[in-house]
Amino acid sequence: MAGEASIPAKRQADMTRALKEAAFAALITFGLCIPIIAWGTRQNLDNQLVLDPRWDAVAWAVAIVFVGRFLMALRQQRRGEGKSIVRLLPHGTLGFFQRHSRIFSLFGLGFLLTFPIIAINLAGWGGALKWIDNFGVQILIYVMLGWGLNIVVGLAGLLDLGYVAFYAVGAYSYALLAKNFGLSFWVLLPLAGILAAFWGIILGFPVLRLRGDYLAIVTLAFGEIIRLVLVNWTDFSNGYAGISGIPRPTFFGIPFTAADDGFAAVFGLEFSPLYRTIFLYYVILCLALLTAYVSLRLRRLPVGRAWEALREDEIACRSLGINTTNTKLTAFSLGAMFGGFAGSFFAARQGFISPESFVFMESAVILAIVVLGGMGSLWGCAIAAIAMIGGTELLRELDWMKQIFGPDFDPTKYRMLIFGFAMVVIMIWKPRGLISTREPTAFLKEKKAISADMVQEGHG
Amino acid sequence: MEVFVQQLINGLTLGSIYGLIAIGYTMVFGIIGMVNFAHGDVFMLSAFIALIFFMLISAWLGAGLIVLSLFFVLILAMFFTSLWNWTIERVAYRPLRGSFRLAPLISAIGMSIFLMNFVQVVQGPRNKPTPPMLNKSILLIDSATYPVSISYKQIVIIVTTIVLLAAFWYLVQKTSLGRAQRACEQDRKMASLLGIDVDRTISITFVMGAALAAVAGVMYLVLYGVVNFADGFTPGVKAFTAAVLGGIGSLPGAVLGGLLIGLIEVMWSAYFTIDYKDVAAFCILAVVLVFMPSGILGRPEVEKV
Repeated sequence: MAGEASIPAKRQADMTRALKEAAFAALITFGLCIPIIAWGTRQNLDNQLVLDPRWDAVAWAVAIVFVGRFLMALRQQRRGEGKSIVRLLPHGTLGFFQRHSRIFSLFGLGFLLTFPIIAINLAGWGGALKWIDNFGVQILIYVMLGWGLNIVVGLAGLLDLGYVAFYAVGAYSYALLAKNFGLSFWVLLPLAGILAAFWGIILGFPVLRLRGDYLAIVTLAFGEIIRLVLVNWTDFSNGYAGISGIPRPTFFGIPFTAADDGFAAVFGLEFSPLYRTIFLYYVILCLALLTAYVSLRLRRLPVGRAWEALREDEIACRSLGINTTNTKLTAFSLGAMFGGFAGSFFAARQGFISPESFVFMESAVILAIVVLGGMGSLWGCAIAAIAMIGGTELLRELDWMKQIFGPDFDPTKYRMLIFGFAMVVIMIWKPRGLISTREPTAFLKEKKAISADMVQEGHG
Repeated sequence: MEVFVQQLINGLTLGSIYGLIAIGYTMVFGIIGMVNFAHGDVFMLSAFIALIFFMLISAWLGAGLIVLSLFFVLILAMFFTSLWNWTIERVAYRPLRGSFRLAPLISAIGMSIFLMNFVQVVQGPRNKPTPPMLNKSILLIDSATYPVSISYKQIVIIVTTIVLLAAFWYLVQKTSLGRAQRACEQDRKMASLLGIDVDRTISITFVMGAALAAVAGVMYLVLYGVVNFADGFTPGVKAFTAAVLGGIGSLPGAVLGGLLIGLIEVMWSAYFTIDYKDVAAFCILAVVLVFMPSGILGRPEVEKV
């Protein structure tokens, strides 16, 4: 033992070391800030670029990094002494959730079914629209896209960076067919899914023999090609201007309008735009649940087992006589089909679509939801979608911050900034995603949770 | 014929920019097997850094010494962009080394989103035009129908690229640093057993990639005279295409691929339609990956069981 006298000395040494690290980090931050933050570029009235010095912002950045790094260094040293390891959840929470996942699923389902009623009761008729539309519908679209992509990435292990292409195919199928041929939403919904699946097969067939990163880049290229064609082929898609006036979905033939044959009049209710939103909410909820149900059931079918086997070891699969191309193609086209469903719903909800909605960033967001949630885990996807989409939507609500930072402060400007940062942080904190254990599909006698470290992805 | 020669010059100029970015992709992929998705945005960031320094230095030196101020801008942009990429590697990629394969890719995508929006927040979403510079050009073929000329900008870009690539080639082939790098590329574990500091070598790889991306950023600014926060994505993907086309992991391949992509893009715009030039580049990427995954100069991938 070193004796009691050395403990304060050690503390002091720790402190000095932490200070040194913090000073180093602050110095680096200062270097990073020098050109890009210290001078802002701005066009003056003559349309010439002028520079505005902003050293106060640099000082803030440096100070924040200094303090943050200092605290982190101190915490790391404490951890080195084995005193306190901060856990977000007590040990075993996740196992508890997994053992009772059926109960939690029912609970979650109950909440989702009653969400519009809760929202109306809490926020009133006026305020509920925002909650149901911006939070309910928006998050559920991403949950559904996440679950759809989960079939491709999580189950089959094919990294797809161009998923938004199928979303676009679905959206444009609905928009063009509904506008030009007057077909109804319920006819076009399966049709859009089939068309998207068809495109999935066309695009997937030549590229699915590629592996890992290469497959990711090719799918990215396809996603961009589809978007650029939509931008440039103006006769077909009206280019950047997009398609507006897309017919809105009807309640099995009854439109949501204030007219005499509208939904409100037929059911003897007072007209409110909320009914359409609530209807859309239940539609997307059903679609999302369908996606979840199909992917849960598929995991138990031979093809689902083949996907998971393929994700684990492609060579072993080939030697066991699994047709890898067909297996990959089914996963790719099924994922695409759900993307197409979501796309046609999106077009019906917005009433307007343009290629701007189908940029690469959307694919990245959907992939982020799948990976951050923990690949292959439906719960993880849902949680990640709620956190990422709901979190960024919440930023719109932060108007009170204007009182602190002045009227020019606009929290929505930082939406994607925080999103990107969160992606990096979550990856570093939990590289396997938020829910990193998963249920075995096939088991002997009893189920045991598998740590995700035992599972390989993304090399199929 | 005159059209062809003119487009050849334009294509080589654009291609050298792509080639410079492509080297960053190919080196990082070679050494840690990761597609550094944020590299295109590092390039965009370097163009912004160059823009700010250009305005500061040209105000200080006066408009007469434009080549001298460009020289200073180049050095400063290389330094600060390298610092950025060094930090990015340190913060976003190093903790994920040895993690599963998708983790660094996702982290890089996150970093790409972050950088793009960071620049948008701190510098604003509008296009940033530079003051006009190096506008003169030399007439090469005096033809009544289609005079062929090469502008001072293009000369500066091509000469700088050649000089820097030569220096870079020397660095990788002849110094102990380059030798360490090539050793890590072949077998990281063995290299570390032989006393090479692998982490440091990887850091230096990122620094070198960023320095070349910064050169590309300055050249981009000189060539187009305007930069926007979203300008990183498309050149980034095209440069990646160039790296794949040349054979990923191969340095001469990256330059060759960059020149080819630049030429194809320019020729496509000249002879077909300018609308679909990006589609052409992406199609090349898909076709090359499907039919020739090891590229022109790359080694074929061996499947190990």
